[in-house]
Amino acid sequence: MQARLAAKDIACRRGERLLFRKLSIDCVAGDAVHVTGPNGVGKSSLIRILAGLLRPYAGDVQHYGGRGLVDERLALDANLPLSKALAFWERLDGNADMGRAGDLLQLAPLLDIPVRYLSTGQKKRAALARLINSNCPIWLLDEPLNGLDHHAQTVFEALIDQHCRAGGIAIAASHQPIALPAPQAIALADFAA
Amino acid sequence: MIAALLRRDLATLLPGGRGGSGLLPLLFFLAVAMLYPFAVGPDAQLLARTGGGVIWIAALLAAILPLEKLVSGDLDAGIFDQLRLRGISEETAMAVRLLAHWLAFAPFLLLSTLPAAALLGLDGKTTQTVLLGLVAGTPGLAAVGLIVAALTASMRGGAALAGLMVIPLAVPILIFGAGALGRPDPGGLLLTGAISLGLCAVAPFGAGAALKAARET
Repeated sequence: MQARLAAKDIACRRGERLLFRKLSIDCVAGDAVHVTGPNGVGKSSLIRILAGLLRPYAGDVQHYGGRGLVDERLALDANLPLSKALAFWERLDGNADMGRAGDLLQLAPLLDIPVRYLSTGQKKRAALARLINSNCPIWLLDEPLNGLDHHAQTVFEALIDQHCRAGGIAIAASHQPIALPAPQAIALADFAA
Repeated sequence: MIAALLRRDLATLLPGGRGGSGLLPLLFFLAVAMLYPFAVGPDAQLLARTGGGVIWIAALLAAILPLEKLVSGDLDAGIFDQLRLRGISEETAMAVRLLAHWLAFAPFLLLSTLPAAALLGLDGKTTQTVLLGLVAGTPGLAAVGLIVAALTASMRGGAALAGLMVIPLAVPILIFGAGALGRPDPGGLLLTGAISLGLCAVAPFGAGAALKAARET
């Protein structure tokens, strides 16, 4: 079955503020979306709504295919060596092979280091490797390039390209430019209430 | 999937584990049993008569200590979000957490009850009643603790609040569990077990709902 993610007329309210409304996205296999906008416009909230972690104030989200999320929260046990912290998710995802993702993101030298000693960029690379190994067709990325050095950025952009070519969907919320294959651009400020 | 969750939770919570409060609750429990005779004096009869109740109070207070890290750390780290994306509900995660919390806490508490009973000079029959009562009551204490820990996980200063909230909720367990000490029949123990089972049945759903609500704030 082809991956698909469709959001229809969604609105998002945080506290007393309506952040955006009447936003529709329809992604089919191979699509990439770049969500832009200034701080506080609701990029992270949109990603969490699309991930099903936040209920939209209006509208609904439908998806076919698993969703993988990378946001600012690492979800790795800080006191464990990276390899063991990742192993927990590998067991749940049924994928015990760090393989290609680990090589490309240069994680091998970091595997024995406790997660709490890793730098911001190294942590981000670990989270991206987990995303790749989860084999989800729908990638939801909240500021995926934060903290990555130039080389890692290029590598990850190439990985997104591969993912979309293979029939995946990538939706990235980022205030910085990110090279996506044939991206649809959504400027979230246009939907501000 | 359940096995992977339980393995991680146990590795975190067991004494000597990386994220839990380790042996502190047990040392606290023994410290209370040790201090009580100093406070009321070395009257052996008085100690033997009141010692069972003191062990119950110490167990209840010791059950509060691990709550601080039971849920809030994983909530902050986004673990429950990632589990949800993999189709694992908050209720499942909390049911596993309840089991792990009890396993990491109760067996060691029961073992510590033996030296505590010796310190207070309890006779064999009383010690047995206390042990059976704790076997029946600790699942309920763990369940109450889990619900409260999940409710307060997203709050600032939640740990102190959790301690205060557990106490009234644990009163029925304490009444029947410690009350069994003064009765010849096992009615109190049975009621304690019934309360525990009821709480354990409710806890995953209550704690799961609390986690979902925390996400919306």
